[in-house]
Amino acid sequence: MTDSHDTQHDHVPAVVAEPIANPGIPAHTWRPTDVDERLSKRAERQVAGFFGLSMVCAVLFVVAYFTLEIGDNFDTFIGLGASTVALGLALGGALLFIGIGIIQWARKLMSDHEISELRHPAGSPAEDREATLEALNLGIEESGIGRRPLVRNSLLGAMGMMGLPAVVLLRDLGPTNAQVANAENGTGLQHTIWKKGMRVVRDVVGTPIKASELEIGDLVNAAPEAQFPTEENGYPEIEGVELQVLKAKGAIIVVKMEPEEIKPVEGRENWTVDGVICYSKICTHVGCPISLYERTTHHVLCPCHQSTFDLADGAKVIFGPAHRPLPQLPLAVDEEGYLIAQADFDEPVGASYWEREKQ
Amino acid sequence: MRLLNRSAGRISRHRRGPVAGLAVLLLGLLLTGGIYTVLAPAQAQKAQSDTELVEEGRKLFLVGCASCHGQNGEGISTIREGNEKGPSLVGVGAAAVDFQVETGRMPLAQPGSQAPRKAPTYSDEEVASMAAYVASLAPGPAVPSEQDYSIDGLSEDEREEAIVRGGQIFLTNCTACHNFNGSGGAMPRGGYAPSLKGVESKHIYEALLTGPQAMPNFSNGNLSPDEKRDVIAYLRSIEDTPNYGGFGMGGLGPVSEGLFAWVLGIGGLVGFAVWIAAHTTRTTKQPIEEGAEA
Repeated sequence: MTDSHDTQHDHVPAVVAEPIANPGIPAHTWRPTDVDERLSKRAERQVAGFFGLSMVCAVLFVVAYFTLEIGDNFDTFIGLGASTVALGLALGGALLFIGIGIIQWARKLMSDHEISELRHPAGSPAEDREATLEALNLGIEESGIGRRPLVRNSLLGAMGMMGLPAVVLLRDLGPTNAQVANAENGTGLQHTIWKKGMRVVRDVVGTPIKASELEIGDLVNAAPEAQFPTEENGYPEIEGVELQVLKAKGAIIVVKMEPEEIKPVEGRENWTVDGVICYSKICTHVGCPISLYERTTHHVLCPCHQSTFDLADGAKVIFGPAHRPLPQLPLAVDEEGYLIAQADFDEPVGASYWEREKQ
Repeated sequence: MRLLNRSAGRISRHRRGPVAGLAVLLLGLLLTGGIYTVLAPAQAQKAQSDTELVEEGRKLFLVGCASCHGQNGEGISTIREGNEKGPSLVGVGAAAVDFQVETGRMPLAQPGSQAPRKAPTYSDEEVASMAAYVASLAPGPAVPSEQDYSIDGLSEDEREEAIVRGGQIFLTNCTACHNFNGSGGAMPRGGYAPSLKGVESKHIYEALLTGPQAMPNFSNGNLSPDEKRDVIAYLRSIEDTPNYGGFGMGGLGPVSEGLFAWVLGIGGLVGFAVWIAAHTTRTTKQPIEEGAEA
């Protein structure tokens, strides 16, 4: 043992305190502003000039704020809103010139003597650490948390049970789907406002659509007539959250293509009217409204995640993360020739949700 | 006084004469006829030559279009099923020809995912004759007239209403492809929805009517003529409206804004960091401390 120890000593050189002589900090060289009083005065004036510019900008901000017209008849400056441009430039300049002044000050005038700073260990001193551990152990010992498991476990249980009130209160944030689902009113996730005989109307303007007036290649962004209540159609006025929910679930796209181009889906043979076919506008991935339609390919593309549906083939997903085809709305025409729904969608529209598959 | 009276009497006697009346009538007829022939020769010619226009259009069509669209505009299919070298032009109407040829999309320079807009090849008269020929194949949408797409005839209130309604219709029907600002956007398989900035109102109306390339139609049974006019009024209004919030950066949304922030914003910060850390100018001189003390 002593033998090997000795041989090791032979090979490992003794640790030398300074393997290479410390060259020290190179000799300081001076800046022109350090040696020339005239130049340092000039730098001082430059710095003060930048701070002065900042003050000017601040004043300009206030002036622009009160003089430039905003609102309907706003002032313009090279085709832009003059107020926005002036306020932005003035406030930006006020901040920027303070920064530039400080940098100029540091570079030209503040002392730039090189110093060396030795690196110290980051941890606390050993005696501090020992004292802390001692105090902690003493606390564990004196409280008896290790010796009395009943106390410890019941404390943990009590803290766990504190979660229960939170769970119950969170549940109260809104009604559950089961509570509001009603096919008659079109509420709940699996129903929409569409029902037998409701007219399909153009979105925004709310006018009904004559099936015979549509041409091959037409795309109509449409809505349920109940979204546009009038005295004539007799639908109740709705507003606020209910209206938004109605719009979000009831939005549809109607396209017309050559009737022979539509690949029949079993059970949906009579859901179209002379090549006019209607699908939910709400993407089945995460519910973006989609109407990016190509008449040549009959594809509709979702701009959010590029899910692509083939409207000629039952809105089958041909690309992207969507999992299910767009729900189809069965169409018919009323005695006046306007497009109507035969019934509500036969499946929930939009994104998946927890109870979707178990109804 | 007497002289004046006499001459006045003489003129009035001449005017009442039967020969003078005939002379005035002849002169009037000659003038109207002459002015008409001088000022309206084109119209007079056009009345006699509708069939000639179609015939002229057919000749141009056979030279410039028939290689893809067929000798009678019936279209030519490729070997691959469902693909066409050129689609049938039967029933596309004069509006489609006017749009495709006046915006330079047709004749196509080379096959590709989409026909790009380029300088038109044919003059206005040639386009009109080709449009007349294609319209003669089967009924289709006609070239819209100025009052179809202009809101100049409306009162101030009606115009504002039209622009607001047009904006809502645009945001519902057009923004999916053409961007919220009409700046255009990308489409699948190399296609794109072109920018609507600076496109003539007539061409926008024709594109809505005929649905060029992959674009769906917005026929009169889909968007009424007034609704189409409103959409165009809205597009015209956003072209004129100054950007209140500053530079629009093409109205392309987060792409151009992000590019601006990364290149100019972060680039500027890097520039300042380089300036802060850069070496300052040095001198070989020493400060004269002793001198100052002395």
